[in-house]
Order: sequence, then C-alpha cells, then structure tokens
Amino acid sequence: MAAAVLASLLMMVVDHRENHLEIVRSALSIIVAPLHQIASLPTSSGEWLSDSFRSRQHLLNDNKQLREDNLKLKGQQQKFKALEAENMRLRDLLDSSFKIGDQILIAELIAIDLDPYKQQVIINRGGNSGVFEGQAVLDADAVLGQVIHVDPFSATVLMITDPSHALPVEVNRNGLRTIAMGTGRTNELELPHLPNNADIQAGDLLITSGLGGHFPPGYPVAVVTQVINSPGQPFARILAKPSANLKRTHEVLLVRALASPTQGPPPTPAMEQATP
Amino acid sequence: MTITPHRGGFIIIASFVLALILTILPLPEWARPFRPAWHSLVLIYWCIATPQRVGVGIGWFLGLMIDVITNTLLGQHALELAITAFITTKLHRRLRVFPVWQQAIGVFLLLMLEEVLSIIVMGAIHRPTPALSYWAPPFIGMLLWPLVFIILRSLRQRFKVI
Repeated sequence: MAAAVLASLLMMVVDHRENHLEIVRSALSIIVAPLHQIASLPTSSGEWLSDSFRSRQHLLNDNKQLREDNLKLKGQQQKFKALEAENMRLRDLLDSSFKIGDQILIAELIAIDLDPYKQQVIINRGGNSGVFEGQAVLDADAVLGQVIHVDPFSATVLMITDPSHALPVEVNRNGLRTIAMGTGRTNELELPHLPNNADIQAGDLLITSGLGGHFPPGYPVAVVTQVINSPGQPFARILAKPSANLKRTHEVLLVRALASPTQGPPPTPAMEQATP
Repeated sequence: MTITPHRGGFIIIASFVLALILTILPLPEWARPFRPAWHSLVLIYWCIATPQRVGVGIGWFLGLMIDVITNTLLGQHALELAITAFITTKLHRRLRVFPVWQQAIGVFLLLMLEEVLSIIVMGAIHRPTPALSYWAPPFIGMLLWPLVFIILRSLRQRFKVI
C-alpha cells in the first residue's frame, strides 16, 4: 500500500516537472491503443453506415455544393498565387529569409473522450507519418492546437483553449502582439497582458505571430468578442472566441513551416507556456 | 497472492477492459462531466468478492492504465485506485454482509474520496477548479452500484471465479 502511494506520488511529481516518463507513457499506450480503436468503433461504424446508406439526391446535392465551393476557392487561389509571387519578390529585394508555403498533412480525430477537464484530442497520425511534438494543428477555419505527445500511429493534440496553453498572437488590423491563453471553456480565449489603453476592439481578428517558433505565422486564431476596461485594474480584460470549431471537428491539418522566420532554436513547449 | 489455484481470471480482466472502454467511449458534450467512474465500480466489486486476487497492486496498475488512456497526469488515478483498493480489501468482510443499498452508500464514500484526491492533485498542478458538475459522478456511481453488483455477481457465479 505504502509502496503504491509512494510510487504514484513520485510518478506524479516526475511527470509534472520533467518529461522523463514519456517512455513509460509510450510503452503503456501501445497496450491501450487497441482500446482507443474499440471505443471509437460505435462512432466510426455509425459514420460508415450513414455514408453507405445516404440517398442519391443527398449525394448529388453534396457534390453540387462541393463543386461550387471548389470553384470559388480556385478563383481565390488564382489571386493568391499572384500575391504570393509578388510577396516573395519583394522579400527577396529585402533579403529576408522568410518563406511562404507550409507542408500540410491531413489527419482524422479518433472519436474518444479523454479527461473532461483537459482539452485534448487524439488524431490518427503519429510519428510514422512524420508528426512531431510541438507541431501546429489547424482545422478548416483556424488554429486548433499543438501536438504534445507522439506515438507511432497516433498523437495527442492540446487545444488552444486548454488552461495550460498559451499562444503568441497578433492583431491582424495593426500588428499588436500579445499572448492568447486558454480558459478551459471551448468558446473562449483570454488576452491577459494588454494594458487598458491598448488599441484593440471587439471584432478584431487575431492571427498567429509566429514568435514562439511553434506556430507558423499568419494563421487566424480567434475574433475578439469583448474588451472590458476597468480603470482600477492595470490590464484590460479581453476575451476572444476561437474561430476553429473546437467541439465538432472531424479532420484536422498538421502544418510544418518550411522555414522558420524566427532566429535561434525554437523554445521548448514548457518555456513557451510559462513565459507570458 | 496465495498459492491456491485461481479460476476465471479472464472474467476479471474482461470486466476491467470493458470498464476502460466505457471510460473513453464518446458521449455527447453535455454528458461528459457526468460519466460515472466505471473502473472504480468494477475494482470495488472485485476487491469485495475476491480480495485474495484483486488488491492494491491491481488497483494501482488499473489506475496507471486509466492515466495513460485518458492522458491525465501519470499516477493520479493510480494513487486514487490504490487507496480505494486498500480500503475496500480491508473492509471487504463488512461490505459483503451489507445489503446492496447499504453497500451503495459505502461505494459513494469511496468514489467521493477519489474525487477529493483528484481535486487535490489538480490543485497541486495548478489546473483551474472544475465546475460543480465535477461532484456528480459519485452520485451516479452510487445509483449504478446495484446494477454493476448484480451483473458482476451473476458472472462470477456462472464462471465460478475464485
């Protein structure tokens, strides 16, 4: 009994302070990986059934909708190509090492519930597909989170709304840089480090600034919903709503920046989370 | 562990595996905080029924599995379940003779103890204090105890698990 308690306490301390227990976790997760698959079976088989027995009309409508979307996106893409080329030319003139263009890998979520008091999900790509720790994860709209643990065939993603997550962002309108912290609620981020007179207002789009070295710059994150200035407080209370669909996401994109715009080695996740 | 031959170990393992699957089975968003601690219920049952086989060691290992499978701090559930198993095996003679509803109250206290330990650990690693619904699972676990007890007892009698 005492041994078990001591072992648990020791493991908790080591797991919290250092990352030495990743090996233990990885070894044990090989045993529990089949359980993840089994637990996600009801959802995945339900999806398979609804895909297989969908009516022809439904599929035709879907197809039409997708064609239209595709046309629209292609149209936008034409302009984007020209802008990208222009941007690269201008940056070459400035001798900037910045490169546009990221590699993208598509992964699916495994439908299981983890600890309800941590905002994490598991995806079906792992180290074998080139996923690495600290990699940025997006959905179709915005930044979703980052990879915190990699197994050979799966990876754990920490959402940006988890209370232990902090993300370097900037306001798209004026380039004001700050940190967006998770609150533990799926529809809210907090910007705790801006003074009362900061130029920020409801409706401002926040994008990744790329300063932490983990997230490639320029991806949308959230929209500011509320700015509360109270004269007695040194900092304004600013809330933002994540643009990514954190509750109902199915497929995610794993991004790898081709060239990092920041100088020096990227900071470790612990450092990035600790320094405001 | 004694040297007397054991039987029906696969039933014990199967019930633990099922409990682990129920622990991560996807639920609708609103129901997630109310998920009962299936793993604790199953562990308590086997600690009462076969204390010579299932005890602190098994409880600790089961907790470790829960920690890996739900990605909590390694050792958090291991600590809770080791303590639960310890108390249950100490009191198994008394718990065995209780009627089921009285056992349910004991189970409720054990589940509550686990939640208290869990919240202490969460506080120690600076997680935010959870909402009030955090305290719901022990109540649901208490209501589910008769069901778990009857199912596992009939399984134990049918497969003669000793």
